[in-house]
Amino acid sequence: MKKIFSHPVSLRKTSTHYCPGCGHGLCHRLVAEIIDELGIREKTIAIAPVGCAVLAYDYWDFDCTEAAHGRALAVATAIKRVRPENIVFTYQGDGDLAAIGTNETIHTANRGENLTVIFINNAVYGMTGGQMAPTTLLGQKTTTTPLGRQANLQGFPLKVSELLSQLPAVKYIERVSLHSPQEVIKAKKAIKQAFQNQLDNQGFSLVEVLSACPTYWGMPAHKAMSWIKEVMIKEFPLGRIK
Amino acid sequence: MTERIIIAGAGGQGIMLLGKVLAEAAMLENKFVTWLPAYGAEVRGGKAFCMVIISDKEIGSPYISKADSLIIMNEPSLHHFKNRLREKGFLVLNSSLAKDALVPGYPFTDVALKLGNLKVANMVALGSYLALKNMLSRETISEVIKKMAPKDKPELIEINQKAFIAGGDLVKKNG
Amino acid sequence: MKANKILMSGNEAFGEGAIQAGCQFYAGYPITPQNELIAYMARHMPERNKVFIQAESELAAINMVFGASAAGMRAMTSSSSPGISLKQEGISYMAGSQLPGVIVNVMRGGPGLGNISPSQSDYFQATRGGGHGDYHSIVIAPASVQEAYDFMGLAFDLADKYRNTVIVLGDGILGQMMEPLRLSAANQTPQTEYQKPWALTGCKGRKPNIIRSLYLGDGVLEALNVSLQKKYQLIQQEEARYEGLFLDDAEIILVAYGTMSRISKVVVNNLRDKGKKIGMIRPITLWPFPKKAFSGLPAMCSKLLVVEMSCGQMVEDVRLSVNGKYPVEFLGRAGGGVPAEEEIIEKIESIL
Repeated sequence: MKKIFSHPVSLRKTSTHYCPGCGHGLCHRLVAEIIDELGIREKTIAIAPVGCAVLAYDYWDFDCTEAAHGRALAVATAIKRVRPENIVFTYQGDGDLAAIGTNETIHTANRGENLTVIFINNAVYGMTGGQMAPTTLLGQKTTTTPLGRQANLQGFPLKVSELLSQLPAVKYIERVSLHSPQEVIKAKKAIKQAFQNQLDNQGFSLVEVLSACPTYWGMPAHKAMSWIKEVMIKEFPLGRIK
Repeated sequence: MTERIIIAGAGGQGIMLLGKVLAEAAMLENKFVTWLPAYGAEVRGGKAFCMVIISDKEIGSPYISKADSLIIMNEPSLHHFKNRLREKGFLVLNSSLAKDALVPGYPFTDVALKLGNLKVANMVALGSYLALKNMLSRETISEVIKKMAPKDKPELIEINQKAFIAGGDLVKKNG
Repeated sequence: MKANKILMSGNEAFGEGAIQAGCQFYAGYPITPQNELIAYMARHMPERNKVFIQAESELAAINMVFGASAAGMRAMTSSSSPGISLKQEGISYMAGSQLPGVIVNVMRGGPGLGNISPSQSDYFQATRGGGHGDYHSIVIAPASVQEAYDFMGLAFDLADKYRNTVIVLGDGILGQMMEPLRLSAANQTPQTEYQKPWALTGCKGRKPNIIRSLYLGDGVLEALNVSLQKKYQLIQQEEARYEGLFLDDAEIILVAYGTMSRISKVVVNNLRDKGKKIGMIRPITLWPFPKKAFSGLPAMCSKLLVVEMSCGQMVEDVRLSVNGKYPVEFLGRAGGGVPAEEEIIEKIESIL
């Protein structure tokens, strides 16, 4: 019998620390599958963020480094510049990429560094226990917006992908979601494109992934999927941005 | 022998370069030498100065609180640095652009204009200063001027050499 | 002898010294008084096929150094005091991840934005760690343009040898001053001596490498700290460096580093010419601090005098080193003030 489906080589055979319904495990797997399919595992270097995904290197089976909170793209810039033959990507959450690391994000994109960025947007800080993220929706309750996010006090959800799309050196930006199998397939296609762009020396590519955090959204996993579909997507529409 | 020189003037008068030529020549004659520029915000607004120390012995601080010689290229610098000259120190003054009651000075800028290039007033001043001090050989200065001229502008060598000699002549003529 | 000397500023000498030492990556951000260094690297690194990046911030610059170092390259950054404060985050992460790297600090007056005049007031920050956690950077203090050049080779060697950050601590005078420099053949260990099997290169033919400083498991971080402390002890035993002057019969011993040591040295030589029994200890490494230099002082030594361009920082290490056996006097100036030779002589006369 012919084997048509197997565990990705780039993914270690271990269970993750992520909560039930969390998008990280799924997204880690997509990345691992793509790296296998592109045959680049032996030249890939990943940069894990500070956030729930800091332990990504416990799950991926290729070279990885941590970066300080927000600094993943500074670290990635240097690695890619000194080792242009390697494939270098960052995997960052909304706090890491869009709050404490906004400066690094904008300038790395503006330099057009030939990098791949996986940007996980779950509208909340997970690792620290459910505080407001730059992408938290208006009215959304978090431990630091107990009455819900208010525009006049906390500003609006920050649309980093749209912001970055204005920069001439940015090659590719797409927003995808993980709330249904169909969307997961589209997400994989987009992430693969972002890696292919790097292989083709095309410059800065970013995929924003809407991902569930049932724990800090305070809802069961299946409701979290519906919340992405019915609420989150209205603020963060899916599709090719650049 | 230790000679502490403060060179001061306006931005564009080649103050830093004058100091560097002096320092480079001292180095070629195997002296200990330091060159310290004014830097950052203190050079905004057109002020320029540098400090050069030339010695037979190791130099401690490159900073000069009391100078043995002042080379002053304009009026504001004269006011600013006059009291930094030690007793019986040399004031080498550009009389084209600054006046002092006691020291007549030499018209470095006027001489440079006559030579056809305002910018070589610094080398005229250097010529006068070294004629007064007789500390470094003319040949060494000539070598440094050759070395420091930009490769694409060899014509600058001749006029700077001329300016340096003219500076020396000013002192010989006037004593 | 004439031909191989050139006139160079300390800032440029740091840059050329680094390039001669095999620096493969530089990232920095403009700040006075070290701007000539970043400009030197911008011109000369790409010329020699090395990477130069003007970073968007000091944070980005030090984290770029983190990345280049993680990828196995000799990497450095430079700044002046306020910028070095910003870099502390990255230095701590490099310590936790045991990544080598060289950081040049051309110190200026603080605290806060301070001024751009020379200062030595970052001694505590440099020698005590500076960022969070139990760690040390090796700290080397050059006192001349020649040493600014020479010590860069030493800095990169020590960084690779111990997988440790090395701070080269200068000041505005050293950075700005030009002096004759002999571009000697790099007197250092070939870089090939330092294998980096831990570096991120892609996992071809080996198990994946992970660079990390997060250890959540029970006791794991404590074990890392214990091993770091062992490394620091070894560095203290092996790498403390100092220069002694007239230590056989000195009655008063000056202690100074960097720019202050060259000024003090002139004072010592002048007073010796007048028959006064003055000696000097000049720490070259500030961490590890050369405690040994203070253990065998001559019987006639009655006092030590520490001179710094600060309100008194290294003086604490001197007091710890003599451990109450000798009175330790202090002369310092702050905020850009530089103790002059006459001030030092006056102070010596007052304590004789």
